[in-house]
Amino acid sequence: MSNITLTIDGQTIEVPKGITILEAAKKINVKIPTLCHHEDLCVAGNCRVCVVEVKGKHRLEASCAVPAEQGMEILTNSAKVRIARQDIVSLLVSEHNTQCTTCYRNTNCELQDLAAEYNVDGNRFLSVLKPNIKIDKSSWSIEKDDSKCIRCQRCVRTCAELQHVNALTASHKGHEMKISTFMDLPFNEVVCTNCGQCVNRCPTGALTERRYFDQVWEAIGDPTKHVVMNTAPSVRVALGEMLGYEVGTRVTGKMVTAMRKLGVDSVLDTDFSADLTIIEEGNELLTRLKKVLVDGDKSVKLPMITSCSPGWVKFIEHMFPNHLGHLSTCKSPQQMFGALTKTYYAEQKGIDPKDIVSVAIMPCAAKKYEANRPEMNASGYRDIDAGLTTREFGLMIKQAGLDFKNLPDSDFDSIMGQSTGAGVIFGATGGVMEAALRTAYAVVTGRSVPFENLNITAVRGTEGVRSASIKVEGCLPEWKFLEGAVLNVAVAHGLKNARVIMDEIAAGKSTYHFIEVMGCPGGCIGGGGQPIPTNAEIRAKRTKAIYEEDMSKPIRMSHENPEITKIYEEFLGKPLGHKSHELLHTHYQKRHRH
Amino acid sequence: MSTKQVNRADIIFSPYSVAPYEILRLSMQKTKPEVIEEITESGLRGRGGAGFLTGLKWKFFANTDGDEKYIICNADEGEPGTFKDRKLLVEVPRKVISGMAIAAYACNATKGVIYLRAEYNNLIPALKKELDIFDEHAKKFGLKFKIEIFSGAGAYVCGEETALIESMEGQRGEPRNKPPFPIQNGYLGKPTLVNNVETFATASMVCRYGASTYKTYGTSDQRGSKLFSISGDSPKEGVFELELGMKISDFVEEFGDGDTKAVQVGGVAGFCIPRKQFETAIVGEGNTTGGATMIFNSTRSMYNVLHNYLDFFAEESCGQCTPCRVGTQQLLKGIEAVKSGTKPVEYLDDLIKLSKTMQITSKCGLGQSVTNSFTSIVQNFKEEMIY
Repeated sequence: MSNITLTIDGQTIEVPKGITILEAAKKINVKIPTLCHHEDLCVAGNCRVCVVEVKGKHRLEASCAVPAEQGMEILTNSAKVRIARQDIVSLLVSEHNTQCTTCYRNTNCELQDLAAEYNVDGNRFLSVLKPNIKIDKSSWSIEKDDSKCIRCQRCVRTCAELQHVNALTASHKGHEMKISTFMDLPFNEVVCTNCGQCVNRCPTGALTERRYFDQVWEAIGDPTKHVVMNTAPSVRVALGEMLGYEVGTRVTGKMVTAMRKLGVDSVLDTDFSADLTIIEEGNELLTRLKKVLVDGDKSVKLPMITSCSPGWVKFIEHMFPNHLGHLSTCKSPQQMFGALTKTYYAEQKGIDPKDIVSVAIMPCAAKKYEANRPEMNASGYRDIDAGLTTREFGLMIKQAGLDFKNLPDSDFDSIMGQSTGAGVIFGATGGVMEAALRTAYAVVTGRSVPFENLNITAVRGTEGVRSASIKVEGCLPEWKFLEGAVLNVAVAHGLKNARVIMDEIAAGKSTYHFIEVMGCPGGCIGGGGQPIPTNAEIRAKRTKAIYEEDMSKPIRMSHENPEITKIYEEFLGKPLGHKSHELLHTHYQKRHRH
Repeated sequence: MSTKQVNRADIIFSPYSVAPYEILRLSMQKTKPEVIEEITESGLRGRGGAGFLTGLKWKFFANTDGDEKYIICNADEGEPGTFKDRKLLVEVPRKVISGMAIAAYACNATKGVIYLRAEYNNLIPALKKELDIFDEHAKKFGLKFKIEIFSGAGAYVCGEETALIESMEGQRGEPRNKPPFPIQNGYLGKPTLVNNVETFATASMVCRYGASTYKTYGTSDQRGSKLFSISGDSPKEGVFELELGMKISDFVEEFGDGDTKAVQVGGVAGFCIPRKQFETAIVGEGNTTGGATMIFNSTRSMYNVLHNYLDFFAEESCGQCTPCRVGTQQLLKGIEAVKSGTKPVEYLDDLIKLSKTMQITSKCGLGQSVTNSFTSIVQNFKEEMIY
């Protein structure tokens, strides 16, 4: 595409034709403030904070929405622009609940930042905040407080464009315009996957995760309780962002120490149950393949699809209720962990499971919902008592007054604290697939996957749907039926892309055997519970850190995890065995689409 | 600045020519550029209120390539005080349809839509009958152009052409970012020409009488004649076709009740002209008009008038962009606060400044035009705002 030349604040630049004024300004490090703009989303142009002056035009232009044109002379910081921006921020403040000190997003709020930057006088305009706005706390995962909403519609666009769920929409007009659920029903009654992507993109405190850290503090303070905390793979590559580190810094060792310092009784790793998931899910896949290919069993569904992502699970339950047979029956690593904490762990440690409080630190909002699903009590207790986001966890560390940067590194406790690189990469899109292939290939052939350093780069990346084919050769005798077979696999992330995969399946056109689906763009590293902001650049850095963590691990295939071997010997018996079925597998339910 | 007396014109409501769609047939005997040139030469401007040159718009549209091009007749007549489009659709729908068809011929469009505000749904049966007659003739003339009727859902903002298109697509009636303009990327992503009912009707009359005749009406700044919806304190309420270029004083003399203190020109999005400016102001100049003209006599409280307008804006803003959604509420609450004494008189100046910010930062014409009536009323009737 051809280039054009324009002037921004007196500086002449050449940019590709078609980019916006905002993007052009960014190229020369001219910062234009934005609110409704988010690079993951389509242009809205509705907050008007990014207005700039274009020479020859009386009206200002929204730089996020207007393409740069040849010969444009743009001023981003004229008196006219500054006054307009100050007015606009003042207007937003005038319809906003300004109890910032008690807001969960205090100090991490885009409106607050702009109000400070433009030194907005809170009394300049009258308050037009609607009285008696009730906070919707009906959902296990997400809280909605309209008094803090600036109507930027980032959440609406997120839900529609990235997730194809449409749980949120703009409703009413004029002064009554608001962001609403379907018929303004409580959040827990509408089709919502709880993915929390809206929360992650909300510039203010209007959408937040439902917080459970007070309950965790209470349990920690209760001497009769034994608190077990486990952290998901992607938390260790994002937590640092909340504690003064550069994006993409791995803080695993300090994180473990911090948990101990919080007063937690046992610091364990969800990566362990990620490894366990691979064993169970890998065996389930091989069993399904055998039933279909050898036994001709028509009741068994292929492709099999992963079930680690609770946002995705609820999505398929709502949107494709007649295709639940494709989902792996494996619980997610979080729920496997919970079920084992209150059985195996309790047994081994000699603790009464009723006294155990299991806490999961997750990059996710949907994990809160998952922990509260009624069927998640296989241990005889609530398998997971509290699911916290990376953000809540970061806040707990701050509340505890820990000097995080100067904490020494330490290792997870045992048992259920040891993991492999395969467990770690669950945190990035394609990771479950890669981990599963590493193990399944080894089980079937007795050899490692034929990729350098075990890195199956074909399933990595950022493309929404990726696929690969692997020819299985040199099978061990018991897997001879797979000799020469070509295994077709696919990876999808973001529910928009999950829908692409599912539409193919529903149309009977899917040629895959195994599919990994993650509800959030980028997988868990881009989860709804991760530090704010999250964008493409940040996702890429967190992903890089995940793969570095993988390479740093001495063991990189799940089936070689000694604690996994041990748990099968001591407790579970064999993969897909009786105990596994009881504790590690689950069922799904059909839900309505509206 | 030349002016005209108040002259009744009889172009738009003149009787139909002998044979139905004769103007269309004759226009189709000209080349397409000739038809567009005729419209351009006439100096006709959009009659919806924004006043863009119709010939230029048609030219841009004709030059846009597309396998499917749409022509939309904007009959979402929602500006408070306007009711001329309804009269056109009731009395001379054939002229409106002819205008659309001539545009379709000249610009190579194949699909037409009449976007009818829901309150006008009672006109649908009669319009459908006329469309049947049109179909017959279009077929005979070899014009491939099918017109359908779309019923709106009642939002003022949907008179804005991109919000109108959004609403036709089943979305919320919210204006789009421009560019791209509908001419390039409109209904269903196709090139789309949106014109007001009166614009199409007038275009067909320009084709009938010729640009040179049409041009003899009006002044060099405003060509031709136009419909005025006159309401308020007037003994002669109704729709009148008047030659453009009248002084407000002449207009008031003709239509006022002898006690006129202000005239709102161009609906609530237009300007309020106080008595002291009657001699200097010209209807439609600097106060671009869709023809909605409300006359207020000395019994009217201009505070109440403005309050009414702002109430309307605060409700009819689509709510999408900050300056319009919150600004309209602030102006409304602001004049209430000054009236009740909770804010000082000087606060009116702050509000005028705010309305100027709304003008230069709002996404569409709705928020951009609030300052017109707000500033003209607050500045000219300040004492009424306070006491």
